Amino acid sequence: MNQPSRQKKTQSVEVIKQYLTFRIGNENYGLELSQTREIIEYSGITEVPLMPNFLRGVINLRGEVVPVIDLAVRLGRKSIEVQKRTCIIVVELQNNEQNHVLGLLADSVSEVIEMNDENIEDAPSFGANIRADFIQGIAKREDEFVVLLDANNALSIRELAHLVEAQLQ
Amino acid sequence: MNLDGALQTFFAEADDLLSSMEAALLRLDEGDKDMETINEIFRAAHTIKGSAGLFGLDDIVSFTHIVENVLDRARDGKIVITSDLLSIFLPCRDHIAVLVENARQEQENDAECLAQGKALLDSLQPWLEAVPQPAVASVPVIGASPKKSSGAEANHDAWHISVRLGPDLLRNGMDPLSILRFLRTLGDITHITTITDHLPEYNDYDPEQLYLGFEITLVSNASQQQIEDAFMFVRDDSDLKLIPPRSNIEAYVNLIKSLPENTQRLGEILVKSHAISFQELDAALATQKQQAKTTGAVGMLGDILIEEQSIAPEIVNAALDKQKKISEKKTSGENRFIRVDAERLDVLINLIGELVINRQRVDLLSSKMGNPTLIEAVTSMGNFTEAIRDAALTLRMVPIGDTFQKFKRVVRDTAKSIGKEIELEIEGAETELDRSMVEKLNDPLMHIVRNAMDHGIEAIAVRQTRGKPDSGTIKLTARHDAGNIVIGIHDDGGGLDVERIRKKAIANGILEEGIHLSRQELFQLIFHPGLSTAEQVTNLSGRGVGMDVVKRNIEELQGGIEIESEIGVGTSFSIRLPLTLAIIDGFHVTAGHIDFIVPQNTILECVDLNSLSHVQGQNCVNLRGEQVPYIRLREIFSLQPKDHSREKIVVVQFGEKRAGIVVDELHGEIQTVVKPMGPIFQALKGIGGSSLLGTGAVALILDIQQLIGFAINREHLRNNAFLVSAQEQEE
Repeated sequence: MNQPSRQKKTQSVEVIKQYLTFRIGNENYGLELSQTREIIEYSGITEVPLMPNFLRGVINLRGEVVPVIDLAVRLGRKSIEVQKRTCIIVVELQNNEQNHVLGLLADSVSEVIEMNDENIEDAPSFGANIRADFIQGIAKREDEFVVLLDANNALSIRELAHLVEAQLQ
Repeated sequence: MNLDGALQTFFAEADDLLSSMEAALLRLDEGDKDMETINEIFRAAHTIKGSAGLFGLDDIVSFTHIVENVLDRARDGKIVITSDLLSIFLPCRDHIAVLVENARQEQENDAECLAQGKALLDSLQPWLEAVPQPAVASVPVIGASPKKSSGAEANHDAWHISVRLGPDLLRNGMDPLSILRFLRTLGDITHITTITDHLPEYNDYDPEQLYLGFEITLVSNASQQQIEDAFMFVRDDSDLKLIPPRSNIEAYVNLIKSLPENTQRLGEILVKSHAISFQELDAALATQKQQAKTTGAVGMLGDILIEEQSIAPEIVNAALDKQKKISEKKTSGENRFIRVDAERLDVLINLIGELVINRQRVDLLSSKMGNPTLIEAVTSMGNFTEAIRDAALTLRMVPIGDTFQKFKRVVRDTAKSIGKEIELEIEGAETELDRSMVEKLNDPLMHIVRNAMDHGIEAIAVRQTRGKPDSGTIKLTARHDAGNIVIGIHDDGGGLDVERIRKKAIANGILEEGIHLSRQELFQLIFHPGLSTAEQVTNLSGRGVGMDVVKRNIEELQGGIEIESEIGVGTSFSIRLPLTLAIIDGFHVTAGHIDFIVPQNTILECVDLNSLSHVQGQNCVNLRGEQVPYIRLREIFSLQPKDHSREKIVVVQFGEKRAGIVVDELHGEIQTVVKPMGPIFQALKGIGGSSLLGTGAVALILDIQQLIGFAINREHLRNNAFLVSAQEQEE
């Protein structure tokens, strides 16, 4: 926790960002904390018919109807099975000057970490098995890697809508 | 003092005035010769100028002032309003609207805008000749209090005659005009205002009765006796008041007090009675504006007039009293409107939506508990909730007439620019629909109307060879129909050529050759992006964008659009929309494990599916002798079947169609708040939105028309696939 003091000394324009980390399968992922709104316990989802696998359905979030995305499917992994620790991360994204609220299904939520830009590496050009534009960077934490997701790309409303359209045709 | 609130009121008022001004100008254009129409335009300009002055919006004041001057001359009959003049007035109105809009956006009027204003004013010049330069157009002079005698129009040296003619005058064989003619032999009538306030409603109008009065300014050397003699034969039952030249203030006070009810503003009353001139009034307004700037407070108009010593306090007080009485009368009258911020209304509707959802929950809990007293209380609360909901929704309803009215101008201008003669007819302007829908309806209507003008209505020469009147007609209609509102756009133009649409669609790769489509389906192709049947691209339409947007906009409103057209006769579009988007009455059903809601207004009946005889081999049942095709929700949405459920059929009607929706379980009526599904689900047809049940679960609202369309499409695809595979086998 001596990071802030070190930063003062170097006086460089380092940016410290906070990330919410969570697990999908045995992988660690992170999202910028500022894009997340809340974490809620999984308590059932209303299925919407004819939707592609990544779209699990909708939930009632205090009167607001919010679509829930299975992030595992979106990242090309096996669909998430609902367990005791399964939860929904509610994110808020800007698109065309409109706010979109989405729920993300995750196996479990880990913690909030603070990362210095310096400690984040660019996404490897291959090997991660995830579309490169979904990854903002890779952070190393205690011998583990955290894939920091680029929410605007991974959860692009436009792309999701296109996928739904394709599924329906 | 914070003027923001008042300023917003001014903008709202200015919008109203500008639109009524436009409507009145268009009426003149259509040949309306009514003096009252000109008066209406004048009053609109005058009020905008006056109010703009209060807020220091100098550009608006100076521009509108000149326009008003020309209008005033027209009002006095000094000039005749020709179509040339109207072609200047309409852009002038637009320019005022631009100025008002700039003020609202707190934007400076740029050089281009000012130059445009200047150009407009220059073109007005021929109608302005001999009009004294407006005092207010220049920078207001503070402290230079105008003296009474300086006002060119203030006829202090003239007689003022105020007369209210007796009701029986005409019956007694008298002609009021002859009196006026006689007065003219005595001197010069410099100003005359006809008081028509006593004219009754049309139904109460008695043609033999006289309702008029006059305010006359007469420059004459005649004696009081001579003038009174002019009224000799009518004096007994008329109310005549004379104010000699250079009278003292009391005379004017008495006159104002005795004037019959009159809705003119204080200033106008003063001007009308010529105790004060227009110039004095303008100067007073300018000073008031200046004061508002420096002290931040708006002085009463009357106070300023007094300060300027242009008028004595007694006169002002009498006029103020009068104005107060008039405004009191206004508020107690029939038309009591209050302006409410639209956002506040939306908040209220949202809250009521939440109330409706919570009521479902309370309903559910109370019936679970089974306490009869509680159930009774909850039921009665439920009834009130429903009443509140209905009342709140009507608050948002606005007549569609205003939207239609805007098209008059569009049609007039466009028709001129493309050299066609087109009349716009409006029917059902009083039909009400949700405000939020009206806004979203503007663009689609505009597209359709423009298309009708550009491609629908033929050129005059073509119309003549077809034996149609030179002038084409576009008709906008609105009516309510079974819980929906139906908006029609009809034109008597060339009509749509189904074959051409088909060929074009095939050429553009939208349609495959050999596929059979119904007439309506072919018409619907014009909504396909990239299909425009116009041979020639004009700047109005014809680029193949637009019609797809129309369809999408209508679908966003949970509506549908149908086309009927005959070559050489014309085209009709009918747009069918739900009355409101916010809250609907629904019927709760389940299919598979999903809750669905069928909009109540589409439901005809619910029947046990097994009790009906099926048409062999088809998804069709025999309902009292009528064949009704059905859709199985489980099938169309690929849902997991529930165990041992007895399927039910919900018979629905949409437009002319009748169909059955087969579900697993019926749960009953429910009031639901429509929640949009969001852009991700845009491509999903058949589901119009979502809603929350009392349990907190999400239910999906079925869009019956889309669902039926979706089912038809799928069947087509399947049949075509079947055909193709059959053909392949043959080969």
